Amino acid sequence: MAKPASSLAKRADTLWNWVDTRLPVSAFWKATMTGYYAPKNFNFWYYMGVLSLVVLVLQILSGIFLTMHYKPSAAEAFASVEYIMRDVEWGWLIRYMHSTGASFFFIVVYLHMFRSLLYGSHRAPRELVWVFGVLIYLALMAEAFMGYVLPWGQMSYWGAQVIINLFGAIPTIGEPLTEWIRGDYFISDATLNRFFALHVIALPLAIFGLVLLHLVALRENGSNNPDGLEIKANKDENGIPVDGVPFHPYYTIKDLFGISMFLLLFAFVIFFWPEAGGLFLEHDNFVPADPLVTPEHIKPVWYFTPYYAILKAVPDKLMGVILMGLSVAILFFVPWLDRSPVKSIRYKGLWYKILLGLFVVAFIRLGMLGMAEGTPAQTVEMRVWTFVYFAFFILLFFLSPGAKTKPLPERLTH
Amino acid sequence: MPTDGVNKKRRRFLVATTSVVGAVGAGFAAVPFIKSWKPSAKARAVGAPVQVMLDGLDPGQLLKVQWRGQTIGVLRRSKETVGLLPELDQYLRDPQSAESEQPVFAQNEGRALKEEFLVVNMHCTHLGCVPQLLPQVGPQPFEENWNGGFFCPCHKSKFDMAGRVYKGVPAPTNLRIPPYSFIDDTTLVIGVNPEGAV
Repeated sequence: MAKPASSLAKRADTLWNWVDTRLPVSAFWKATMTGYYAPKNFNFWYYMGVLSLVVLVLQILSGIFLTMHYKPSAAEAFASVEYIMRDVEWGWLIRYMHSTGASFFFIVVYLHMFRSLLYGSHRAPRELVWVFGVLIYLALMAEAFMGYVLPWGQMSYWGAQVIINLFGAIPTIGEPLTEWIRGDYFISDATLNRFFALHVIALPLAIFGLVLLHLVALRENGSNNPDGLEIKANKDENGIPVDGVPFHPYYTIKDLFGISMFLLLFAFVIFFWPEAGGLFLEHDNFVPADPLVTPEHIKPVWYFTPYYAILKAVPDKLMGVILMGLSVAILFFVPWLDRSPVKSIRYKGLWYKILLGLFVVAFIRLGMLGMAEGTPAQTVEMRVWTFVYFAFFILLFFLSPGAKTKPLPERLTH
Repeated sequence: MPTDGVNKKRRRFLVATTSVVGAVGAGFAAVPFIKSWKPSAKARAVGAPVQVMLDGLDPGQLLKVQWRGQTIGVLRRSKETVGLLPELDQYLRDPQSAESEQPVFAQNEGRALKEEFLVVNMHCTHLGCVPQLLPQVGPQPFEENWNGGFFCPCHKSKFDMAGRVYKGVPAPTNLRIPPYSFIDDTTLVIGVNPEGAV
């Protein structure tokens, strides 16, 4: 009766201790947050990782609610999406969150990967962080592609037709393989149903597992930074990196600010520009799938168009597919292609700025050309930028070891 | 745990054999799951042959029917159209259909059992889109040497009035010819060769 408040606090404390001795909550929090020192010079680019996580959570949440109303059958899929948009209370919001989220996922992931190319975050000892990242990117592409098939609009149908037939280019096993993927002699109900299963269960599980590996590998060596210096090389008498700050509260607060700015932009697009002029939701996909009528102009969603342009640039089917596959596969080798003695663009010299700049222009131009109608002049331009795309990786390998570098500073600069 | 007296060779052997047996078991267990992705009995049944009546089809007209979910075009060609076919051979990648997919009876200039009727799988051999029939004879914005033919809206592949592919386009081979036969002068069956069902 005398001290109820403190006895309540005491009980809470006892309960907490009971949990903590059975589940290592505080040890985990200390290892990954308060006792984890991150370089103190993180800039704008370092928001992209946490933003990818935020979008992943948003996609899972909105996706769960969409499955409650969506019907994965060729006969009902299109109508059930319209039902979500028109009849389900707030269904339009949940659906636009999911469709806008898909595009924003790729925006932040592309910027996240670009950050790595800027500062050499994939260099030793963080190669596996990068490799897991590329695996996430691959799983994400499969996830996005299958998700785009689900509304069963014209672009869903014919996009799936084009992508699945890519496998048909493989000699001998190509035809049976496409039949196996489709589960029918054409894109049909069977295809839609299995893509639904992969989209809502198999691939999200894979992505979740890969994200976990990505983060565990990251925490093992700690983040890189814009200077590309190892902060663990310079520790004070307590063994704490002098250029590090505890992740919590310093970067959790910074990330919260970044997340709020991001959500502001995200909400703006959901409310005022969800189709993004046909970029996020293509106009042809508002027409139900029709196996007898091919749309005038088939193109994938914007995040696939750079690779689609590479496919189109090659006049031979098998070679086109090989080159497109290579353009993604080459990403796995980036940590070993860059042999420069320094990690960050800040100390690599002008050659890398030019090379990376050209690569970015090539990627963006290929993306634009991948959406275009495909005039002969555009085909020539696609070939030029495809060449530049691959030249980046090859030149990186040959130029990086010998190029003159700028002297590295003793401490992080900020 | 005391490790002396452990027969390491025996232990390695047991680990290896257990792993191999386990892997074989896992491999067999995977078969039903992998096979479950193949076209079901129902899908195979729906893939049965299709009959098409040709009496309403005038020269120059294209009839589209579905067989196994594929769009099959039946084009009735005039004598003139058939006569113009050899003219373009030099612009075609595979004019003799040596590398293309068709029943043996259709491996000829007109790629048909009866020259009058072109029965063709309309899906482009590049990535499966359905090309449009553009029957005008004479130079077109996309092709100088044009005697009518099929033009794919997806990646600009071009085919002549026998579904033969032009040089320098993404499609690797001529349009596919499905198995078909005629019951009588006006009844076509898609999915059955003259010799019998496929």
